Amino acid sequence: MSNIDQSRIRNFCIVAHIDHGKSTLADRIIEQTGLLTSREMQEQVLDNMDLERERGITIKAQTVRTVYQAKDGNEYIFNLIDTPGHVDFNYEVSRALAACDGAILVVDAAQGIEAQTLANVYLALDHDLDVFPVINKIDLPSARPDWVKNEIEDVIGIEAQDAPLISAKNGVGIDEVLEAIVHKIPAPGGSRDNPLQALVFDSLYDSYKGVIVFCRVKEGVVAKGTKIKMMATGAVADVVEVGYFGAGQFIPCEELSAGMVGYITASIKNVKDTAVGDTITNAENPCKTPLPGYKKVLSMVYCGVYPADSAKYPDLRDALEKLQLNDASLFYEPETSIALGFGFRCGFLGLLHLEIIQERLEREYNLDLVTTAPGVIYKVYKTNGEMIELTNPSNLPDPSEIDYMEEPIVSAEIMVTTEFIGSIMELCQERRGRYLGMDYVEGTRALLKYELPLNEIIYDFFDALKSRSRGYASFDYDIKGYEQAPLVKLDILINKEEVDALSFIVHKESAYERGRKMCEKLKDEIPRHLFEIPIQAAVGGKVIARETVKAMRKDVLAKCYGGDITRKKKLLEKQKEGKKRMRQIGNVEIPQKAFMSVLKLDSGK
Amino acid sequence: MKRLGIYVHIPFCVRKCVYCDFLSFPADEPAKRAYMAALQEEIKAVAGDYGAYEVQTIFFGGGTPSSVATELLGDCLLTIQRHFHVADDAECTLELNPGTASLEGLQVLKKAGFNRLSIGLQSADNKELKLLGRIHTYEDFLSTYAWARRAGFSNINVDLMSALPGQSLETWQKTLQSVVELAPEHISAYSLIVEEGTPLFDHISQYPPLPDEDTDRLMYHETKRLLAENGYLHYEISNYAQKGFESRHNQIYWQRGCEHIRDYLGLGLGASSTVGNYRYRNTDDISGYLKNGKTPDKLRREEEHLSKQELMEEFLILGLRRMEGISSAEFEHTFGVSLYDIYEEPLCKWQAAGCMDKRDGFWFLTEKGIDVSNMVLADFMKI
Repeated sequence: MSNIDQSRIRNFCIVAHIDHGKSTLADRIIEQTGLLTSREMQEQVLDNMDLERERGITIKAQTVRTVYQAKDGNEYIFNLIDTPGHVDFNYEVSRALAACDGAILVVDAAQGIEAQTLANVYLALDHDLDVFPVINKIDLPSARPDWVKNEIEDVIGIEAQDAPLISAKNGVGIDEVLEAIVHKIPAPGGSRDNPLQALVFDSLYDSYKGVIVFCRVKEGVVAKGTKIKMMATGAVADVVEVGYFGAGQFIPCEELSAGMVGYITASIKNVKDTAVGDTITNAENPCKTPLPGYKKVLSMVYCGVYPADSAKYPDLRDALEKLQLNDASLFYEPETSIALGFGFRCGFLGLLHLEIIQERLEREYNLDLVTTAPGVIYKVYKTNGEMIELTNPSNLPDPSEIDYMEEPIVSAEIMVTTEFIGSIMELCQERRGRYLGMDYVEGTRALLKYELPLNEIIYDFFDALKSRSRGYASFDYDIKGYEQAPLVKLDILINKEEVDALSFIVHKESAYERGRKMCEKLKDEIPRHLFEIPIQAAVGGKVIARETVKAMRKDVLAKCYGGDITRKKKLLEKQKEGKKRMRQIGNVEIPQKAFMSVLKLDSGK
Repeated sequence: MKRLGIYVHIPFCVRKCVYCDFLSFPADEPAKRAYMAALQEEIKAVAGDYGAYEVQTIFFGGGTPSSVATELLGDCLLTIQRHFHVADDAECTLELNPGTASLEGLQVLKKAGFNRLSIGLQSADNKELKLLGRIHTYEDFLSTYAWARRAGFSNINVDLMSALPGQSLETWQKTLQSVVELAPEHISAYSLIVEEGTPLFDHISQYPPLPDEDTDRLMYHETKRLLAENGYLHYEISNYAQKGFESRHNQIYWQRGCEHIRDYLGLGLGASSTVGNYRYRNTDDISGYLKNGKTPDKLRREEEHLSKQELMEEFLILGLRRMEGISSAEFEHTFGVSLYDIYEEPLCKWQAAGCMDKRDGFWFLTEKGIDVSNMVLADFMKI
C-alpha cells in the first residue's frame, strides 16, 4: 500500500469522560474494521499495560491503523489515536489531538455530559477538530438518549440529532459510527511536495529499536535514510525505519507522507530528544517554522522516593532510569534524608502520574518503596532578593531569610448535580478555593468554577470530591500561575526528634488541622515501645498538636512446649521481620508504612 | 546412655473448651480404643530406634488423657516400659481434668506407674469455669485432688489461668489463695491467650471484657508475689514449684544445651519430636494415624533438620523462658562458639534497656524483660 490516496485517510481520536466507553468503542472499531478476528481480540486492545487495564484508564497514548471497507465501495485508512484520559496528562492529550483531523465524542446515555466531557471536547474544538457525538450505553435501563442529545446541543453547541445511538459493549450501532467517521471527519490536508513537518505526539523506548517516535506527518515525506532534525531539542538523526501501527505491533512501510500517522525509528537513544509536541523536519531541507503548541513538560508534583531496603538504592536508580526512557515527563534527582537514607526526589505531572510510577516501580521492578508526602513547587523569595524553587520542604531556608512565598494555583471546573453543590462548595472553601462562578448545565447540574491552590488538591481532593457527591462530581483543572500565600513548614517530631521525611509545607491556617491529623495517624502506625513516645507537630519550633503512643506493657507468650516451638518461632521471626522493615529515628522504630499512611489524611466527612 | 523424654498425645476430651486450640475432640469408646491400639503399634514400631536411650520422663498430655479408660492408659504406659529402657526414677506424668477420674481410677493409674499428675483447674471461680466451657466445678476439683492424694500421688501440678474474660484481680487472688492452701507441689499459671479459630476468639464480643494489659500484668506480678510468699519457686515464665518439684519433662523443651536432656519423642496424633537436630510432627489426621501406626515413617510431617543457627536460636529463646536463664558456658560448650561473639548486640541492647541481665555466667530476662519477652526474643532470631 505504498501509494495511498490522501483523501481516503481519516485521522481521529475518541474523547469522553472516564468510564463513558471510550476504550470499548475503540475495541469495536478495531474489531469491525476486520484487521483482527474476534479471537485475537483481547479485551480493550488499546490499553496494553496491566495497570491501565486494572484502572480502566489510558495512561500512554496508543495508536492503531485499520482498514475499513466503506459502503461507497472504497477502502479507507483509519488512524485511531488514543488519548490519555486524565488531567495530569493534558498536554499529551493536546498533542495527540493536534495529530488528528476529527474526534468522536462519546457520551454516556445515562450520565450525560460530565466535567471531562466538556474539558476534552473544548480541547478538541480548540484544535479545530471536527467533532461528532455518539451516544453510548443505550442498552442501560436508565439510558435517556434524547435528553442527552439535547444536552449536547445546548451545552456544547454541536449538532447531535443524528448522533449514532450505540452500545459499544454489545456491538450495537458500530457500523453507523464507521460510516460517520468516513463522512464527518475530513481527510487530512498537506502536500508531500512541501518540506517535512511532522508532529511528535508520543514516543517510547524499545530495547531493540531504540526510541520509537509516534508522529503525524503534516507536510512532506519521511523515509528510511532521511536525515531528520527535532526542531525544539535540536537532535539530528538518520531514519532507520518508518511504519504504521498494527494492533499491538509495528509494521514497517516505505515512507510516511503528508496526512499519514506512523512511527519513525532513528539513531535516537534518549526519549528526552523526542519531546512530545516537537516538530520533526528534514535536516537538509527544513521547514520554515515548527508546528505550534510545543511546551516543555514541567513536573507539577514532587515527592521523595526511597527504597524500603536501603541496599536496593542502586536498583531503584536503575529502575527510574529505565522508566524515564519511556516517560520524558518523569523527573528525578538523588537526595538524602536523615530518616530514610538515600533516595530520589521525583517530579511528576500530577498525583495520578506519581501513583502510576510508584506502582510500576513496585510491580515491574519489584521494589518496596517509601514515599514522602507529595508537594508542589513553591517559589521562595528571600530577603536578599534571591528566588528559589522549593521542591523539598527540608530545604526551606530559615524563616528569617524568607521575604515571602508563592504557591501554584489552578483553575478548576467541577461538574456536580445540584443537590451536592453545597457540600462541594464547602469542600472547595476548606481547600482555600476562590469561587469564580457557576453555570447551570441544565436543570439538575452545575459547573462550578474555582481557583484552588495546587497543594490543596494533590492530597485527597479527588477522593473527598467523590465521597461528598456520592461519586457524581467530576473534576478538571489547569495550572493558572503563582500567587503569594502565608505558608509554613510543618515539622513532625517523634520522641522529640524531628523526622525530616515527614515535614511538609502547608498554609498557615491549615497547619493546626493537618498537624493534628498527622499525629493521630502516626499514633496508630507507630508500634508501642518500652517507653512512651510523644508525637508532636510543630511550626517554627512551636508545638501545635500532640499524641502519645503508650508504652508496651505486655508482649509475652504464656506457654511454649514441645509441640509449639515451630509455631512460636515463626511468630518471633515475623516480629523480627516486621522490625527489619522499620526505620530507626533516635531510639524509635517507625514502620515504613507510617511514612505513607500520612499521605492520605482523610478529610471527608 | 543418651537420655530421652517421651510425650504421648491423647487427643480426646469430653467437650472442647472455648479457648482451646489444641488437637483434641470428643470421641466415643470404640474410637478411643482404636486410637489406643494404634498408639501401641507406634510405640512398638519406633522403640527399636531408641535402644541407646534411657527414658527419663514420660508425659501423657492432651486433650484430656483421663477421658480414656484408665486400663488403656495403664496398658500404654506398660508398653512403653516394655519396649524402651525406662529409668527407675523416671517422672511419669498424666494430665487429667476434674470430673474425669474416680478414686479407683486414680489408684489404678498410680499402680500402673504414673507418679505425677497435672490437674487442669484453671479457676476456683465457678462462674469463670462455666464461661470457659469447662465441664467441672471447683468442688469437682477438690474431690479429684483429695482422691489423688489418697491414691498416693505426692507430686501434683495444678493448672491455672489468669486474664480470663470478666476476671478481676480479686477473683484471681482468690483462685491462687484457694490453691495455695492445698499445697500442690507445682503450679502452672498461664495468662490466657485468645487464639484465632477458637470459639472465644470468634465470639469475643459476647464475653465479659478481658482484663486490660495493666491488669494482666498486675495479675502476673501478684502471682509471683503470692506464690513466692508460699514457698513456690518461679522457674519458668508461667511455672512455679516447690523446691525439687520442677517439671523434669517440660524442662526438656526449654533447656536445649548439651548438659541437659534435650531429645524428646512424641507419640500419638500430632505429637512433635526433636531428636538431635531432627524435628518432625506426626500427622494430625486421625484416620491416617489409625492406618499407619505400624509404619511411623508414614506419619511424619513437617520434617526438618535444624541448622546450627536454629539450634542456637532455640537455645536462647527457649532457655530464656527459664528464670535462671541461659549459661554462657553451656552455650559455648554446646556450639563451640562464644555467646557474646554471636549475640553481643541484642544482649547489650536489652541489658541497657533493663530487660536482660547476667549473674554468675547466666543471662536471664528481668521482670521487665519477661513482660515484653517476645520483643526481646525476636531480636535473637536471624532473618
